Amino acid sequence: MLEINNLHVKLEEEDKVILRGVDLKIGAGQVHAIMGPNGSGKSTLSYVLSGRDGYTVTGGSATLDGADLLEMEPENRAAAGLFLAFQYPVEIPGVGNMTFLRTAVNAQRKTRGQEEMSAAEFLKVVREKARTLKIDAEMLKRPVNVGFSGGEKKRNEILQMAMLEPKMCILDETDSGLDVDAMKLVAEGVNALRGAGRSFLVITHYQRLLDHIKPDVVHIMSAGRIIKTGGPELALEVEHNGYADLLAEEQLAEAT
Amino acid sequence: MTVLETEVRDGVDRETVETVQAMSGTYKYGWETEIEMEYAPKGLSEDIVRLISGKNDEPEWMLDWRLAAYRRWLKMEEPSWAMISYPKIDYQDQYYYAKPKSMTVKPKSLDEVDPKLLATYAKLGIPLKEQALLAGVEAPEGERRVAVDAVFDSVSVGTTFKAELAKAGVIFCSISEAIREHPELVKQYIGSVVPPSDNFFATLNCAVFTDGSFVYIPPGTRCPMELSTYFRINAENTGQFERTLIIADKGSYVSYLEGCTAPKRDTHQLHAAVVELVILEDAEVKYSTVQNWYPGDENGKGGIYNFVTKRADCRGDRAKVMWTQVETGSAITWKYPSCILRGDGSQGEFYSIAIANNAQQADTGTKMIHLGKNTKSRIVSKGISAGRAQNTYRGLVSMHPKAKNSRNYTQCDSLLIGDKCGAHTVPYIEVKNTSSRVEHEATTSKVGDDQLFYCRSRGMSEEEAVALVVNGFCREVLQALPMEFAMEAQSLVAISLEGSVG
Repeated sequence: MLEINNLHVKLEEEDKVILRGVDLKIGAGQVHAIMGPNGSGKSTLSYVLSGRDGYTVTGGSATLDGADLLEMEPENRAAAGLFLAFQYPVEIPGVGNMTFLRTAVNAQRKTRGQEEMSAAEFLKVVREKARTLKIDAEMLKRPVNVGFSGGEKKRNEILQMAMLEPKMCILDETDSGLDVDAMKLVAEGVNALRGAGRSFLVITHYQRLLDHIKPDVVHIMSAGRIIKTGGPELALEVEHNGYADLLAEEQLAEAT
Repeated sequence: MTVLETEVRDGVDRETVETVQAMSGTYKYGWETEIEMEYAPKGLSEDIVRLISGKNDEPEWMLDWRLAAYRRWLKMEEPSWAMISYPKIDYQDQYYYAKPKSMTVKPKSLDEVDPKLLATYAKLGIPLKEQALLAGVEAPEGERRVAVDAVFDSVSVGTTFKAELAKAGVIFCSISEAIREHPELVKQYIGSVVPPSDNFFATLNCAVFTDGSFVYIPPGTRCPMELSTYFRINAENTGQFERTLIIADKGSYVSYLEGCTAPKRDTHQLHAAVVELVILEDAEVKYSTVQNWYPGDENGKGGIYNFVTKRADCRGDRAKVMWTQVETGSAITWKYPSCILRGDGSQGEFYSIAIANNAQQADTGTKMIHLGKNTKSRIVSKGISAGRAQNTYRGLVSMHPKAKNSRNYTQCDSLLIGDKCGAHTVPYIEVKNTSSRVEHEATTSKVGDDQLFYCRSRGMSEEEAVALVVNGFCREVLQALPMEFAMEAQSLVAISLEGSVG
């Protein structure tokens, strides 16, 4: 599904290297988690994969089902099946949530050479999916993310994900700013979308999200590289001991 | 008086817009109709004024009125206070009268109109046809009927649904016809809202207007369908000077739509219109405009100079007027649809979207003149600037001593796309009594990189994303338009901004 090889990235405007050789392979239907301290490059990885401006790739590759992601415009990456749930979803005043969703769904369909979804069909599908995420009709009418609570914004991201049916989903610190109940709701939403060969990359600081979204593989990222990979128990280890031990281990390994 | 100005300087979203690409190729109505024309000699003189009056078979009083205006105009100076710049207009270097030769003998019905003209309007999406009406059969659902007066260069080529409207007592015809057929109404009201001395361009219009639309809605009548005028400039080097006069008698209602387009040409063309609305007691007029004159190319070559005077006089108590305008075209827009709130409890509303892209310049707004007590006005203006365009909102809210307990609310929002354009807000506020209230809110924002990336990461192209964000920004005004017009305006907003990001 997603394959990242030796990816090097720096900021476009200044000489600051953020990613220094990231390797990652996510198979179809797998859930991977990336954990790591602040500034380790986790969010940058998600932005670079989805095509945000402001970064320069200086080496390496990233492919989705063999297609070169880094060559594509952001909208084509989306149409190819990549989805990023934003850490800070963006407000778009005056644009109804429903209009936004429908424009997005049909834009992707158009790019893929599919027929547009009719208004009636769209309405039916969106209502059904909103119900499972406990998003009420009123929230669908409000302008995109404007005046939404933190929890509503994140649920709205998951609704977009559900509507766009991507094959590779990246969740960028989806748990940040959520209370336990809201986190549960979001996690349930994500779990409902698991399966059918859909893969996930869950970026988080904390182990608690992984209690709800059980990963197959856990990676620890530090200073722009993945320094350790393991099973779900790795997340628990970090939870207990913090990152300090792992980082020291890594430094030692580098020194020798 | 308060003057508040916002200019773009810093912090422009990186990469949102680096270069403004050519807009050429995106203006949909830039084609030309090949048709034999009859021109008056080039230039402006008393003889030309007489010629226009003669062509329209006008009575003596109309000619005298025109000549008085012309003589006055000769002593007037072109105004220079607006935030626009353009080379001096040579008023002798253009034609003031151009009409298709096939219109020499006035067609008696739409069936007799030159097929080339009918085809022109059909191509513009304005079919000059009346649906075949069967007795007792209503128009198919969802198909709204709109009566059209079609003005082509200097003449009205036809007006639809006249007979049916006449049954309701509504007079809808070209103004040249009204001058001949309903002189008492025209004489009473023409120039009563915008006097011949009003301003340079309005006075010029008084002298040389060639045609336009006339509407009279009798007391207590709700006009049975929407009325509209479609203005098309086709001839080269020709100015268009039309005049619209709408009279809504006591307790009546009408919704009026106006559209305009012109072919792409390398030279500028002048359009100086006057619109007068007379609104009597308890009557209501909604006047909506989608102005889509050719805006010129990306370097500012060609395009219409649009100098227009529009004013409504709420003469009776509780009279209501609503101006809604979507200004996307023209190289220069100089336009301030205004409301004189004379009757007690009368209301004026102004909703505006003004888009300026590439080298376009727009200086537009409104005047709310509160004369009667308990009068209310509301202004919602959305200015969008892209490319190197300059967009100015200029508005006056004036509360006169007798306008006790009156209220105004003004909201002026500017949206910037890129770092080479400008948005300016120039509100003038005068309050001469102590019981009135005036509120003014203004914001300036930019289409954010993060908004565009968010939309694109969901699969929308950059241009779809800009159109979505901008339509969201304009929403309150789009909602004020009649529904089908709103759909058209929405896609027009997208088209006008094509090439604004790159």
